[in-house]
Amino acid sequence: MHEQQFRQIEAVVAKLRNDASARVVFLVDKDGQQIAVNGDVGNIDTTSLASLAAGNVAATGGMAELIGEKEFPTLSHEGERESIHICVIGRVLLVVIFDDRSSLGLVKLRVKQVTPELHTIFEEVARTTKQATSDESFFAEITDEDIDSLFN
Amino acid sequence: MTFINYASREINCKIVYYGPGLCGKTTNLQYIFDSTAPQSKGKLISLATETDRTLFFDFMPLELGTVRGFKTRFHLYTVPGQVFYDASRKLILKGVDGVVFVADSQEERMDANIESLYNLEENLQAQGYDLMAIPYVLQLNKRDLPNVIPAADLAAELQRKGEPVVEAVASKGVGVFDTLKAVAKQVLTELRKS
Repeated sequence: MHEQQFRQIEAVVAKLRNDASARVVFLVDKDGQQIAVNGDVGNIDTTSLASLAAGNVAATGGMAELIGEKEFPTLSHEGERESIHICVIGRVLLVVIFDDRSSLGLVKLRVKQVTPELHTIFEEVARTTKQATSDESFFAEITDEDIDSLFN
Repeated sequence: MTFINYASREINCKIVYYGPGLCGKTTNLQYIFDSTAPQSKGKLISLATETDRTLFFDFMPLELGTVRGFKTRFHLYTVPGQVFYDASRKLILKGVDGVVFVADSQEERMDANIESLYNLEENLQAQGYDLMAIPYVLQLNKRDLPNVIPAADLAAELQRKGEPVVEAVASKGVGVFDTLKAVAKQVLTELRKS
């Protein structure tokens, strides 16, 4: 992913947080790697949250297959004060954390509105990644010494 | 799949510790967690049963340093070893960059090791990977117990492709970082090749 695409994604995530009156919005890939975050993260361990969100989607996806569904594209968990809404968009997960300043209906609506835009950006990311792997030799320049230095 | 973010200059890799029930996968992660500086690690998340058996996975992020200006972060996962959690094991292998097979060296666990290794090959295939092609390390754990099979015999039975074999006592930390280093090196070397 390149700088400009990353900035575009950050802008979409920031707008969504604002429009949905959410506390935090995360964008995570299906393997549990965090891509972008916006909002009042506070004491939330964002890396763990990303990993658990991906695990959650993977587990419910497994259940979906067992009953003959392709996947469950949205998941919602409602708590006493904080709630989480997760939406699967291609290879990425949009995770929205919100409290009583918002509602599940509003969050779902706003997520639906940004979905096409995120789809477009990630298609572009996939396209440029293919190009990058064919014409960038950056990683080919990593030496054994570079790798060894990580463990010293 | 290694996740490279050029904007934040980060490389994120996923390593999965696999093996039969009670072989010491969680103990490996626990030792790495206990002996790593706080600034290099995140929380150790364990989704376990009330009796401390892994139910879904353990997870810890570990930052090793920078390579050519890129922060390298390894996400370490374990799978639940018990046979009936196979669906969960399959899910955790999604997007894996490197695998550590933790074998239990005790004689009575030999069948469990073999069954788990076959299960690993099958589940990797189900996710579109080939054990023969993926970065992979074999750890022979619990070498301090009295009823262990000689390391050479165990390796002869379990080694698949000339992968590095590390003798370990994970509860005391013996071989734990050697194992991690061996798999991490292969993952980064693979990145260079690709």
